[in-house]
Amino acid sequence: MLSRRAKDNLVGLVFIGPQLIGMLAFVIGPMVYAIGLSLYRWDLLSPPTFVGLGNYAEMIQNETFWKVMRNTSYYTLGYMALNILTALGAALALNRIRGKVFFRTLFFMPVVTSAIAVSLIWLWMLNPQFGVVNTFLRGMGIAEPPKWFSSTAWAMPGVILMSAWWNLGYNMVILLAGLQSIPESLYEAAMLDGASRTQRFTHVTLPMLTPTLFFVVVVTFIGSFQVFDQIFIMTNGGPADATRVMVMYIYSLGFQRFDMGLAAAVAMVLFAILLVMTLVQFRLQRRWVFYG
Amino acid sequence: MASAHPEPGVAGRSRRPIAWSRLASAIPLYAIVGLSAFLMVFPFLWLISTSLKSDGEALIIPPVWIPNPILWENYQRAWEALPFGRAYLNSIYIAILVTLVQLLTCAMAAYGFARVRFWGRDVIFVLFLATLMVPFQVTLVPSFILFKQIGWVNTHLPLLVPPMLTNAFGVFLLRQFIMTLPLELEEAAVIDGANRAHLFGLITLPLIGPGLAALGIFTFLGTWNAFLGPLIFLNSSELFTVPILLNSFRGLYNTAWPLVMAASAISVIPVLVVYVTLQQYFIQGIALTGLKG
Repeated sequence: MLSRRAKDNLVGLVFIGPQLIGMLAFVIGPMVYAIGLSLYRWDLLSPPTFVGLGNYAEMIQNETFWKVMRNTSYYTLGYMALNILTALGAALALNRIRGKVFFRTLFFMPVVTSAIAVSLIWLWMLNPQFGVVNTFLRGMGIAEPPKWFSSTAWAMPGVILMSAWWNLGYNMVILLAGLQSIPESLYEAAMLDGASRTQRFTHVTLPMLTPTLFFVVVVTFIGSFQVFDQIFIMTNGGPADATRVMVMYIYSLGFQRFDMGLAAAVAMVLFAILLVMTLVQFRLQRRWVFYG
Repeated sequence: MASAHPEPGVAGRSRRPIAWSRLASAIPLYAIVGLSAFLMVFPFLWLISTSLKSDGEALIIPPVWIPNPILWENYQRAWEALPFGRAYLNSIYIAILVTLVQLLTCAMAAYGFARVRFWGRDVIFVLFLATLMVPFQVTLVPSFILFKQIGWVNTHLPLLVPPMLTNAFGVFLLRQFIMTLPLELEEAAVIDGANRAHLFGLITLPLIGPGLAALGIFTFLGTWNAFLGPLIFLNSSELFTVPILLNSFRGLYNTAWPLVMAASAISVIPVLVVYVTLQQYFIQGIALTGLKG
């Protein structure tokens, strides 16, 4: 017979075994591999050559890399501002009306829809010549509406608009849950003290909602830096690299130019950015794990 | 806000009688919400409208709302243009298999971390949490090279095996659920002669149903809608999932918008039907898993 301790070790290993193997083979392994890969020059055909930090040096001297960083930041700022503000507005409005479930169902609908389907719909709606959006804008008296995905200036706003619509419901549902978890007693106390509607909002709702808001900001930031699907489908990074973002850049370096080392180096930069934001999230997460 | 409703939570408890003037002042809020809801749903309505038009009618300015005639055959043409039936079968079996196996492996690991005292448990758990910081996009290139070397590229294996065995967030979520269950249940069962497998399968699993449902919905949806993975790992159209087939459809019928919209509708409608039927579970799932990074 095994000792109790040995038996527990064995039982524990059996229970966590599948996920442990998966983690080692599909996350930690590839991560270590990526770090190594970023130190080599390799096109998958000829043998890899060690270049040390050469890929990183090449990266920071590369115009496209900085363009990609700027684009990703542009997308992130624009998307976060539009998405979170509209989601907050929607959550506050829905929290006050009857038929909440009905409206929530409608607002959340795009979230469950695939990237390819929503991207194709928006490609059609934002078609410069025949799209319904520009038809509407012309009807409003704008003679030269934006050329959206054919224009370097308007492609990114188009992507941001579409993405904000696509994911509005997700943040709205989280913020709505945050609003609903604010105890009634706080509002009752505020009303007894004669607080006005505005005061109740600024002194009760907003402070009580900050943990949820902060969570939403961090998670949305992390998601924004990983954006790929809708941009790949709608613009493929164009026109003239105007919408090329980090993951698109990694994709084209790795799977179109077969520059595996440089692709891995850019992936490391992405990882570093996400790492910092995730650590911020982890530090503050304990406070809202059980808000649901 | 123009609404005269009291702040959240206080509504309905107010002892004052309904004042019509307050109701009237709520109308602007309803108007704004109604208009926003229309804007949110509009792309779907436009999808359906365009999908039933002829190529020529789709380009008419000002646009036509109700197509005349209504071309239902667009759906048949889109369905027959590419192997949608096959893609649906691929998507369904991949999503179901990944969801079921992932739920099992996550629940097992969660139980191990929550209830079994084994060597190095806490260190390994922290390591699991650390992997939450490594998104798929970062390990894209090495994963591709790895799968190429072991001959998995252009098979379903890269879409099946890794997600079945890796979801650190799922492990974390279910562990939180298990930690809240009273230990006495298991202790009583041990006295009755239950072993670990019984404790896990017959006592713990049934009690973490809500957690499994929330995780399952999002794993299923994420797998069903996945784009980047199938795009990179699959080359043969008979292996394609619905999103990737739709992507190649768009390449073939670039400017035939009604057909492209019909094909999109074919991919969207079943998901929306399931969503509207089960919407409360989706929303509860978000509330539970909303902390997912």
